[in-house]
Amino acid sequence: MEHGSFSDNTKSTFSLADEDHTLANAIRFTLNQDPRVSFSGYSIPHPSENRVNIRVQTTGAPAGEVLKDACQDLMMMCQHVRSTFDKAVSDYKKRNPEDMDTNGTENV
Amino acid sequence: MAKRDERMSEEEEESEAESMSESESGGRGESRGGLDYIMSLPDVPMKLPPHVELQRTRVFCNTDAPNHTDTIQYSGAFASVGIDNSFRLDHFRKDFRVEVIRCSDDDMEFDMIGIDPAIANAFRRILIAEVPTMAIEKVLIANNTSVVQDEVLAHRLGLIPISVDPRLFEYAENNALNERNSIVFKLHVRCERGGPRLTVKANALTWLPNGSEFPLQSEDPNSNSTSKPKTYTSFSCSQDSLPEFSSNPIGFKGRLNDIIISKLAPGQEIELEAHAVKGIGKTHAKWSPVATAWYRMLPEVVLLEEIEDELAENLKSKCPVGVFDIEDIGNGKKRLNVARPRACTLCRECIREGEEWEKRVSLRRVKDHFIFTIESTGALPPEVLFTEAVKILESKCERVISELS
Repeated sequence: MEHGSFSDNTKSTFSLADEDHTLANAIRFTLNQDPRVSFSGYSIPHPSENRVNIRVQTTGAPAGEVLKDACQDLMMMCQHVRSTFDKAVSDYKKRNPEDMDTNGTENV
Repeated sequence: MAKRDERMSEEEEESEAESMSESESGGRGESRGGLDYIMSLPDVPMKLPPHVELQRTRVFCNTDAPNHTDTIQYSGAFASVGIDNSFRLDHFRKDFRVEVIRCSDDDMEFDMIGIDPAIANAFRRILIAEVPTMAIEKVLIANNTSVVQDEVLAHRLGLIPISVDPRLFEYAENNALNERNSIVFKLHVRCERGGPRLTVKANALTWLPNGSEFPLQSEDPNSNSTSKPKTYTSFSCSQDSLPEFSSNPIGFKGRLNDIIISKLAPGQEIELEAHAVKGIGKTHAKWSPVATAWYRMLPEVVLLEEIEDELAENLKSKCPVGVFDIEDIGNGKKRLNVARPRACTLCRECIREGEEWEKRVSLRRVKDHFIFTIESTGALPPEVLFTEAVKILESKCERVISELS
C-alpha cells in the first residue's frame, strides 16, 4: 500500500507485505537506474515482521508509475536472463552430450 | 555511495562546449538525426576516463580492506561528465552473457556477465528459500521400539530429499490431503531375534500410490458405513494411474537411497507412515531444493611491474593455488605471468609480506561477472532450479504491479 500526500504524488513510501531483501534490493536497483528518480531506498522496519518499506522520490512523475515501471524493467531483465540461460545450457548440452538420466524426466 | 567522484578535465569541458554548439547547428534537422550526429563526433565523451572506469567496474582487494566495493547505480552519477548511467534494456541485452562451465545432474557452475549483484543475490536467495519441493511433513507412528526417539525419527525423515518434480503437485491446505497434493510412504522394518543388527536406509521407505492405509480413529463401530474405511488421506484415484508416475515410481534417486534413517538391534521394530507435502525453504530448511547455491565475483590478478628471475620464483611459490606461471624469455631470464586468475581464492598471500609487494601485484574483482555454483539435492536438475528461481522473481514483480494498479 502507498503512504504519501494527496497533494504531492511524486514522493511516497510503499509498504509491501510478505517481502524481504530479495525483492526489495532488486527493485531498489532498477529504481535507482531510472533517470526520473531522485531518491530511492528500502528499509525493513522489524526483522521479525515480513514487511518492507520502499521510498521513492521522483523529479515530477507520480511515484506509483515510476515504481511500476521499475518492476516492469525488472521483469524484462528476468525474462532476458532466463532466455539467455536456457540457450547457454542447451548449447552446452549439445557440445557435451551426456547419457539420459534413467530415473527422472528430462526437463529443459 | 559516491555519486560524483570524478572531476571534469579541461579538454572535456571544451569538447562539451563544442558539442553544444554543434548540437544547435545539427539540431535544426530532425532531433533524432541531431542526436546521432552528436554521438558520432570524435570528441564527445562516451566513456569515462580510464581510472574512473576502473573504479566503477573493479573492487580493489588491498591488504587492509577491499576498496570501491559498491556498484554505482544512481542514474545521474556521472552527470557532471555528461555520461548517462541509467538503465537501458538494449544495452543490458547486448552486454549480458551466460557461459556454462560444467553441468551435471547434481551440480552446475556457470558464469553470468553483465548483471548487478542485487539481482544475482535475489536469485541466490530464491534458490535457497523460495523454490518449492516435496518433503515429509507428518509422520504417523504405529510402533517404534528402536533407540531413536519418535520425534528424532520424524525429524530425520523430514530431511530426506524426495526425488520427484514438485511442479506436478499443488500446495495442501487445511489438512485435506489427496492424490494431487501429497505423497505417502510406509516404513515397516523389524530386526529379527538371533539375527545381526539392521541398518534402516531410505530405500526401506515404500511408496503407497493409493494413499494412507491407517484408518481414522473416529470410526463408529456400530454405523453401517461404506465398505472402504476412512483413512488419513482421501485419494480419489491411485497415483500410479497418473501418466507421470506410471513409469517413474516415486522414490529416492541414486545415492539418496543410502541415507541411514536408523539402526535396529534384534527385537526392535519400526512401523510408520509418512505424508509428504509441498513447501518452501523459508518455512523449514527441509524444503530447500539445493544443498547450497553460491556465487563469487571473478578475480583478476594484475602485475603492475615486470617481475623477473628471483622475485618471480618467490612469488610463484607463494601462491597456494598456482595462479602464476614462469615463462622463459631468452637470455636465461624468466618472467612471471598470470596463468589462472580464476583459481585465485584471494588469500592475499602474494601481497602479505611487505609494502613493495602491494605495488607489484594488484588483486581485483570484476564487479559484474559472477561465477554461480548450484548444488541440487536431486528433486530437480540444477538448470531447471535456476529457471524456476527466475520465474519466481518475475511472479513477485507481477504481484507488486498488480497490487499497485
